[in-house]
Amino acid sequence: MSLIDSISLPRSIRLPRANGLIQWIVPLTIIAIWQAASVTGFMPTRVLPAPSDVVLSGWKLLLSGELVRNIWVSFWRASIGFLIGGSIGFAFGLANGLSQLSAKLTDTTLQMVRNVPHLALIPLVILWFGIDESAKLFLVALGVFFPIYLNTLHGIRTVDPQLIEMGRIYGMTDGELFRRVIFPGALPSIFVGIRFALGIMWLTLIVAETIAASSGLGYMAMQAREFMLIDVVVLSILIYALLGKLADSASRVLERLTLSWHPAFQKR
Amino acid sequence: MQTALRTSLPETELASRANFAPHARVVREERPLHASGLPLSIRGLRKSFGDNEVLRGIDLHIPAGQFVAIVGKSGCGKSTLLRLIAGLEKIDAGSISFGQDIQPEDIRVMFQEPRLLPWARVLANVEVGLGRDRASGDAHARAEKALIEVGLADKRDQWPSVLSGGQKQRVALGRALVSRPRVLAFDEPLGALDALTRISMQRLLERVWRDQGFTAILVTHDVSEAVALADRVLVIEEGRIAHDVTVNAARPRQRGSAELAGLEGSILSHLLSADDRT
Repeated sequence: MSLIDSISLPRSIRLPRANGLIQWIVPLTIIAIWQAASVTGFMPTRVLPAPSDVVLSGWKLLLSGELVRNIWVSFWRASIGFLIGGSIGFAFGLANGLSQLSAKLTDTTLQMVRNVPHLALIPLVILWFGIDESAKLFLVALGVFFPIYLNTLHGIRTVDPQLIEMGRIYGMTDGELFRRVIFPGALPSIFVGIRFALGIMWLTLIVAETIAASSGLGYMAMQAREFMLIDVVVLSILIYALLGKLADSASRVLERLTLSWHPAFQKR
Repeated sequence: MQTALRTSLPETELASRANFAPHARVVREERPLHASGLPLSIRGLRKSFGDNEVLRGIDLHIPAGQFVAIVGKSGCGKSTLLRLIAGLEKIDAGSISFGQDIQPEDIRVMFQEPRLLPWARVLANVEVGLGRDRASGDAHARAEKALIEVGLADKRDQWPSVLSGGQKQRVALGRALVSRPRVLAFDEPLGALDALTRISMQRLLERVWRDQGFTAILVTHDVSEAVALADRVLVIEEGRIAHDVTVNAARPRQRGSAELAGLEGSILSHLLSADDRT
């Protein structure tokens, strides 16, 4: 459960405890209808292959090792880019949230850069880095930077000043004040930033790999298009969806673990 | 029972009154000998925010262990006086002295809001109050003792968000008490509570004050609360002490007794007459 959609609903419309199953009803139904449509010939396989064909081609690619290799390459790019961009964004968020001087010095510049769509830099990035790994990492890091920067900054600035005053009265040093009051107070907002950033991370990676790459899921999809392997194209798209869902779930688990104090995460 | 209503008594006379008033002595003798309060001397205290002069020369002596309530209309400077005593604001002119060198742990403040860390469990919140002793080995034991004092020992492992308003305020009181302060300043600590919780909190405040003997300074807008708890009620008007009222009723006090009600009425009429003049 995330922070936003776990805000308590009135009793009458809250779903029963079978939450774990309920969320899969809609995707499974869609797949069943899709399979039926393909089998009956209602939907031509040139438009969309049957789910069973997609699974079959996935199996073949899995056996050849190609699928695992491409997923691994994409996953690696996503994580490293996320780590680089996320840490820099977090560092700037901290610095500008805690220091007026730092905020005056860099915030305006960062806000200007933020308004440039980072994907618009692709031509420039290709000129700089070629279609090398660093091009993808640069784009992902840049895309991830801003949501994490903005939400970290917002989180720190909105920590209750009364709590900070309380910490000072009780003799907390600057370090303690940060560790015990400011950082935990900013954490919910930082998690919002992380979840936004995860979305941007996949988006950026797909675009970058589709345009300029020699490996990865986006490359696999583009290659398949060249050879009219529509089942592989659909497979790539589905894997992207799965990976996105996985990243989101991971961040939710982390959120749950670190924000167990938050009323939204307590058992009702 | 006499009630003394005077306007801006000189400090020395105030001190002697507190020392020699027979009823005040009875109150003091009821308390254990380890009474640890600090006396407080304030001279010519002034404070402005911009062009707005909030305190215009406060002279005040509070004997060790006295329970003083400060009442007044909103904006009269009562909270500012408390924040200056607690060291939360800088003094413009004048002085506040405690008669000796003090440690930060000697003075504690309790606010209208509990100001608990939502991400720390109740016991950890109380440990915050230990100040520099937080890291010491007996921090847990001391915090637990403070929790027992405020009657919340069974909530030690709860998050603050599951507590009621009164319970949160009791945790805040435990946090303020855990370092055994010698001066405890209350800034409308019961202002946000419902009437019943408020009365039980007043009893708790009175009990811990009598047990521990700290000097208590209570800012409140509730005159009946002031006369129920305090040895002495100060009425502040326009940045000065306008009235200094000694409350001699024996403790534990009967809420709603004719004596307290009469005193409350006379203080209220002072506050209201000041209103009429302006």
